[in-house]
Amino acid sequence: MIRALFLIIMLGLPGLANAVEPDEMLADPNLEARAREISRELRCVVCQNQDIDSSNAGVARDLRLLVRERLTAGDSDTEVIDFVRARYGDFVLFKPPFKPQTYALWIAPFALPAAAFVIGGILLWRARRRASVEDLSDEEEALVAEVLARHGRRDEK
Amino acid sequence: MKRLFAVVPLAVAVVLGGFFLWGLNPERDPSEIPSVLISQPAPEFDLPSVPGVDVPGLGRADLTDNPGPVVINVFASWCVPCKAEHAVLTRFVERYGLRLFGINYKDEPKDAATWLSDLGNPYARIGSDRSGRAGIEWGISGVPETFIVGRDGTVLYRYVGPIVGEEAVAKFTTALTQAGALDRELGS
Repeated sequence: MIRALFLIIMLGLPGLANAVEPDEMLADPNLEARAREISRELRCVVCQNQDIDSSNAGVARDLRLLVRERLTAGDSDTEVIDFVRARYGDFVLFKPPFKPQTYALWIAPFALPAAAFVIGGILLWRARRRASVEDLSDEEEALVAEVLARHGRRDEK
Repeated sequence: MKRLFAVVPLAVAVVLGGFFLWGLNPERDPSEIPSVLISQPAPEFDLPSVPGVDVPGLGRADLTDNPGPVVINVFASWCVPCKAEHAVLTRFVERYGLRLFGINYKDEPKDAATWLSDLGNPYARIGSDRSGRAGIEWGISGVPETFIVGRDGTVLYRYVGPIVGEEAVAKFTTALTQAGALDRELGS
């Protein structure tokens, strides 16, 4: 029983390790929730594969504060993200925008399998058509009849 | 048709090999963040001077109408590589008459003043960015970072990390020459 409790507490502890410190949080729970949402979309420029919501880096903290400041000033979520993007570029977005430079990125995962299926389908279809049985010509019929007549007799008992 | 199919594996190998060569290139840094500021006007900012340091503060207005391109260096006394870079920047200023401005990033004025009086002050202007907000405007990810800004206030070049060592200095010198920041030396 004690061991189970210990396990639960130990497994639960990492969840408490939060990068967002109490003094950063906004009093308005609504705005704070939006800030957390936005923070999870923004990449930390120092630790690169972490979002700013979970990063302990100094710049990440500054950006979290900035996000909250813009929200308090009345910015919409998109305006806040655009503000950060204007300074750090598309790189800070975990979801890259859909634009000419990223067409390959967004379309390739769908286009390449589709192309593979089409090409594979055509090849298989052609191979099957070639393998299909055609009727024998008159000469072949005659040949078969002759062979059967010759060997058929011997097989009979 | 069949002959054409025979070269498919070779073509695939060549394309893949090309990608591998590109990926294994030691010059390529996958963690390098492209700057959005290049060829853009320098961001708006206005920083007070560092108390205890006898050079004026730095703002957007100071970047334009200089005799040539200027260099903006983001530094801090708590940043160890900055100390090594300081010697390089000082040499640039003394030898080539480079116009160097500083942004003192998230630093205690007292520490910055001590640091500069110990090592010498090559900066013509230093803005004190205690909150780090000007740093965000410049899109920096850490200290040191160095920018070259043209006479019209356009950001021409960005160097991330300390300009220390032969390779880094050569790279930065090339950028300075291309920006025309070293013209005065060549002309005199």
